[in-house]
Amino acid sequence: MATEPTQTSFKKSPGTIDRNNAVISLRGVYRSFGDMPVLKGVDLDVFKGENVVVLGRSGSGKSVLIKIIVGLLLPDSGTVRVLGLDVDNLAPRELRQLRSKIGFSFQSSALYDGMNVRANLEVPLVRNKRNLTRKEIDEAVAQVLDDVGLSQTINQMPSELSGGQKKRIGIARTLILHPDIMLYDEPTAGLDPVTSEEINALINQVQQRYNSSAVIITHDLTCARFTGDRVVMLSDGNFIRQGSFDEVFASDDTRVQNFYNYNFIIKA
Amino acid sequence: MKAFLLRMYDIYEFLVRFYKEAFLPPYEYKEIINQFFDVGIRSLSIISLTGFITGLVFTKQSRSSLAEFGATSWLPSLMAIAIIRALAPLVTALIVAGKVGSHIGAELGSMKVTEQIEAMEVSSTNPFKFLVVSRILATTCILPVLAAYMGLVGMLGAYVNVHLNEETSFTTFFQAAFVRISFVDIGVLVFKSAVYGFTIGFTGCFNGYYADHGTVGVGRAANMSVVVSMFLIFVEEMLIVQLVNSYLH
Repeated sequence: MATEPTQTSFKKSPGTIDRNNAVISLRGVYRSFGDMPVLKGVDLDVFKGENVVVLGRSGSGKSVLIKIIVGLLLPDSGTVRVLGLDVDNLAPRELRQLRSKIGFSFQSSALYDGMNVRANLEVPLVRNKRNLTRKEIDEAVAQVLDDVGLSQTINQMPSELSGGQKKRIGIARTLILHPDIMLYDEPTAGLDPVTSEEINALINQVQQRYNSSAVIITHDLTCARFTGDRVVMLSDGNFIRQGSFDEVFASDDTRVQNFYNYNFIIKA
Repeated sequence: MKAFLLRMYDIYEFLVRFYKEAFLPPYEYKEIINQFFDVGIRSLSIISLTGFITGLVFTKQSRSSLAEFGATSWLPSLMAIAIIRALAPLVTALIVAGKVGSHIGAELGSMKVTEQIEAMEVSSTNPFKFLVVSRILATTCILPVLAAYMGLVGMLGAYVNVHLNEETSFTTFFQAAFVRISFVDIGVLVFKSAVYGFTIGFTGCFNGYYADHGTVGVGRAANMSVVVSMFLIFVEEMLIVQLVNSYLH
């Protein structure tokens, strides 16, 4: 195994993982686009309080996997159970109720360009909790902004924020509904190392403060090492390895070793 | 042919979903009102200008023909018929299609390709209700108001031309103008404009909501929103005029 990437940031402290309570359960999930199979019978359990990192090369189907979990894409075959519900059999209203318990942080942050930070945060809140007073809404917005350390940006437009700030506001927008599950799509992509470190710390803080479970899609080994309780490696449409970070990269599989070495060379 | 039929099915599905989402609660009151102001105010200045110029120029162009028969006194009523029955709804619709339709197509298209619509879906917000229903309702309800406003401004333009040439008073001009205009004409103006408004909102939202292929798709959505809605407006104009002339006049 090559030299480990260095990291000095907030390290995830072991939380309480309930191994008898799978909040996400995928069985034999198959998904193709045209003639191109992307996922070939994937099985995955994510337990209450657990952060699972899905590693893989670009185009390996990582983002497809979390879009299937949240019901944005349907599997061609297989079952997807989230919080005890079959995602692909839910009526639109039931799916919306389920999604209110899932936070999804997009790779691009996906903030609403035409609204300032406050309005961005209020959109999911006022539509899911319709009886809130103005004061309660303001308090909830202030709380999540404080959680991500960006209280001063409340009246700014997304175009006035840096890449790291956008990521944080994107995460804050999901936290405002106090989700049971967080899904992060490439949370550190395109960020400088210091900001990436801050995002990694934030992911761990969120998990501890909200007692949530998370699936973190990334190809960043530093992010994987310091946010994941368990790491699974996706390649050729299947999980080829899973376990702790060290267990996964102790493998002699050339696909795993190449992924590790290239990642490290780039960082070096 | 298969692609065309699939597109038609998408349009049908979009239309059915619109009616379903428009009538079922919860309603996005705040966003609908925002869109009312947005669509109305964004178009007001250009509609004032084009309405006035249309009335002025159309009167000037018609004068010489009527003068040959010594019938310039018919100008006010001729202009009222032309503006209220045809020009105001049609010109207003074409301007709103260019200004608002393209904006809706580009805005929703860029939201689609930057995953903002997906972000609404996963945050348990109904993007169709929030983005599509509010915009289609806004264009449908505001266009009759804008068309009526353009009719008045157009008549003012016509009055300016008539006044400069014949020194006709304001009261005399408008009394002569509205002699030939009935409530049916006003009703048809409102109906036509509402149909055009729906067409503009629907076309813009449909093209934006289904935009793909990144920024190229955004440009295509904006372009298609204008081209298709203008084409449909002319087709609808032809059909409505046929119907109105057959049954109401």
